[in-house]
Amino acid sequence: MRRLVSDTLVVAERNLVRLPRAPDLLLAFTVQPVMFLLLFVYVFGGAISTPGYDYVDFLIPGIIVQNIAFGGFVTALGLNEDLHKGLIDRFRSLPMARPAVLAGRTLSDVVTNSLSIVVLLVTGLIIGFSFDASPPEILGGVVLLLLFGYAFSWVFALLGLLVSSPEAASSLGFIAVFPLTFVSSAFVPIDSMPAALQAFAQVNPFTVTVDAMRALWVGAPAGDNVWGAFAWALAILAVFAPLAVARYRRAAGG
Amino acid sequence: MSPPAISMAGVVKSFGDVRALDGVDLETPPGSVLGLLGPNGAGKTTAVRLLTTLLVPDAGTIRVAGLDVVREAADVRRRIGLAGQYAAIDDNLTGLENLTMVGRLYGEARRTARRRGLELLERFGLDDASRRPARTYSGGMRRRLDLAAALVARPPVLFLDEPTTGLDPRSRLDLWQMIEGLVVDGTTVLLTTQYMDEADRLADSIAVIDRGRVIADGTPDALKDRVGGERLEVRLADGAAAPRALEALAPLSDEPPTLEDGAVKLSVRGRSGTIVDAVRRLDEAGVGVDDVGLRRPTLDEVFLSLTGHATRRDDQERDR
Repeated sequence: MRRLVSDTLVVAERNLVRLPRAPDLLLAFTVQPVMFLLLFVYVFGGAISTPGYDYVDFLIPGIIVQNIAFGGFVTALGLNEDLHKGLIDRFRSLPMARPAVLAGRTLSDVVTNSLSIVVLLVTGLIIGFSFDASPPEILGGVVLLLLFGYAFSWVFALLGLLVSSPEAASSLGFIAVFPLTFVSSAFVPIDSMPAALQAFAQVNPFTVTVDAMRALWVGAPAGDNVWGAFAWALAILAVFAPLAVARYRRAAGG
Repeated sequence: MSPPAISMAGVVKSFGDVRALDGVDLETPPGSVLGLLGPNGAGKTTAVRLLTTLLVPDAGTIRVAGLDVVREAADVRRRIGLAGQYAAIDDNLTGLENLTMVGRLYGEARRTARRRGLELLERFGLDDASRRPARTYSGGMRRRLDLAAALVARPPVLFLDEPTTGLDPRSRLDLWQMIEGLVVDGTTVLLTTQYMDEADRLADSIAVIDRGRVIADGTPDALKDRVGGERLEVRLADGAAAPRALEALAPLSDEPPTLEDGAVKLSVRGRSGTIVDAVRRLDEAGVGVDDVGLRRPTLDEVFLSLTGHATRRDDQERDR
């Protein structure tokens, strides 16, 4: 267990050290979400009616959840690259804890996801977002976001180990996550959608999580959403972490 | 006698319908270099992946440093180093950071790992570049860093999978010297290669592998002897003396000497003393000599005669 923790930290450190050296990756965590936020608020915002809320208050929880879900991307890309460069072979030939490469990857996503949250929140506050929440609720929201993002990092870890190239990881990740985020309550109220989509959107874990965030941050009715969102995140984690580790154990390099 | 550092017995490994290894037996004593020689797709990389615990065999027993690679995989990993076909290094880390990371993953403290990293960088002539990201390194530097990473834990057994493929001649030579240096320190090395000269220079013994089977093994010299002995070639100062030369040299060979392009050629049995003997006989017969030499069959010829095909089969599927 001690080995697992120390090996995980070594791998996470390795992933984070590269960030300031590859600034293009930093743009993905900072400029890109801000761009989306501004586009949604100022281009679509006027046309989308969100009864009871300013659009910016409605959107911020949604867009942060979307960004967090995509944060694990770096894990898929990084693992796939490591696989092709033979680094996974090297790691697997070392006497290190087996899950540490994946645990380190996903742990570094928590750091980059935190960065995304800060950037989006600060931008949101500048353009008029305001909390309707107590400090524990705000903090609870952050915890939920990080847990949700962490769970998705494991989904991306599995994806990165399965696909043939980083490009494939990119496009498959998009295909999987984009519809999930858009057919949810993240950007528009779901009662504006056709009936079939509404049925899907209502059970979509993104809807549950976004609604939980709205309950925690902007005073929306909570219902079962907060507990539901934590349960979803833990369930995703419980399914995908063992799958990814099992795949890693038999991963074959390039 | 100490137990072999590396042994494989009856090892089979299939991928779907393809038998990558089909009953392989190998053995090498501690402190020696075993060359695994074969074309692309012969099964060399599969053998290395099995020996380094990256794959599990379908059948057979594999022991490395006296340990079973399946049942004692974790202990095996503490005793091996692996440098693969690609330089397995992180381009965004510096040379020193790469080595420090590997050392810490072997369980060493950061300071110890760093000190060992610096030591290796110096030994491999990379100390000037130790603080530069590895992505700025040349191909030869990357391979050296990769080899250094495999040596971080001073492993008694080292696996090198085509260590010089794709390198320029100068870098190959550098790397060969470094590998030779390791062997002096007592490290057991298994090296795969598709280059004859590499196996010839580095390996104490060679296993020729083709289509998943070991088709011949032995020292480089023994393999060459299997194909045929030495060829003696004598270039005459005066072509008119040829009949006398043929007569004088006949006792050296079981077969009658031949005359080709103004040179007398014959296959001879032993190696030592042959040239002196030949020159003396020619001198006694009053035949002037321009040049005389012994030529051994090359390993290329050995491979060709063993397998019936040449060593490089680039059209073959990639190494499995």
